[in-house]
Amino acid sequence: MQIPYTVETRPDTGLHNSKLGIWLFLASEVMLFGALFSSYILLRINSPDWPAGHEVLNVPIAAFNTVVLISSSITVLLAWGAVKFNEFKKFRLYLGLTILLAFVFMIAKAYEYNAKFSHGLYPSTDNFLGIYFTLTGLHGLHVVGGLVVMIYFWGPGSGMFHSEPKHFADRIEVAGIYWHFVDLVWIFLFPVLYLL
Amino acid sequence: MEHGSVEDVKQHLRKCIMVFVGLLVLTVVTVAVSYVDIGTSGNIVLALIIASAKASLVGAYFMHLISEKKLIYSLLVLAALFFIFLIGLPLFHDADPIEVS
Repeated sequence: MQIPYTVETRPDTGLHNSKLGIWLFLASEVMLFGALFSSYILLRINSPDWPAGHEVLNVPIAAFNTVVLISSSITVLLAWGAVKFNEFKKFRLYLGLTILLAFVFMIAKAYEYNAKFSHGLYPSTDNFLGIYFTLTGLHGLHVVGGLVVMIYFWGPGSGMFHSEPKHFADRIEVAGIYWHFVDLVWIFLFPVLYLL
Repeated sequence: MEHGSVEDVKQHLRKCIMVFVGLLVLTVVTVAVSYVDIGTSGNIVLALIIASAKASLVGAYFMHLISEKKLIYSLLVLAALFFIFLIGLPLFHDADPIEVS
């Protein structure tokens, strides 16, 4: 039996399943990160000596990573555009660039974590580092999740590009929306943790 | 947007590239203003205003919210209300602290 509304939209909502599904998922993600941001506020306003982020953390690397994530957001959009224009090579190129940028982000993050650990700074050191590692660690897990999905669409999942192009375009759009959310969370994490 | 014509998609992507440039500029501004001392509260408010502007651009153009369906907007309004409540929770703590004798 065919699952309805995978490609065609429901007449009452104007949406197909994956679009509604991703936004429901992202609404739950807002609550997940919201709870942690709320914890950050609680810890910060009740701490007598909260350190300035730039004194403890590496601002140039975080700024570099911000540019990397924003760039990966535009490349995933261009990959979606390439599917719409039926240009397979361009799709592989832009999605490949997105995957590469995601790896660059994670390598920079690993370098940052390693520098902290080598200076004896761990999540257990103080509340600031505890919430820093929790927020950036959870965000990093989301980057890894996005990477797994994009690698699948770049490789084994790309067969659908030719067999069901409309369905594939919707899948890339939905994966892109998730990826932009990961970018959006970082847009707040960067100033909150590193600059203030 | 998902079933827009090729020309619609091209136009949308052109706008997104302009937004991308805007986001890069705002990232530079975010770092630059953090070095301007306008008091802790001032710096926090300014940084959050810039971050919110960036997030709005990402949401509106990259996530296609500028031309989304009503059900998605309703869903997001609900999520936003709960998010505001969550962020406001620490204020309850401040309003009614547990005194340690």
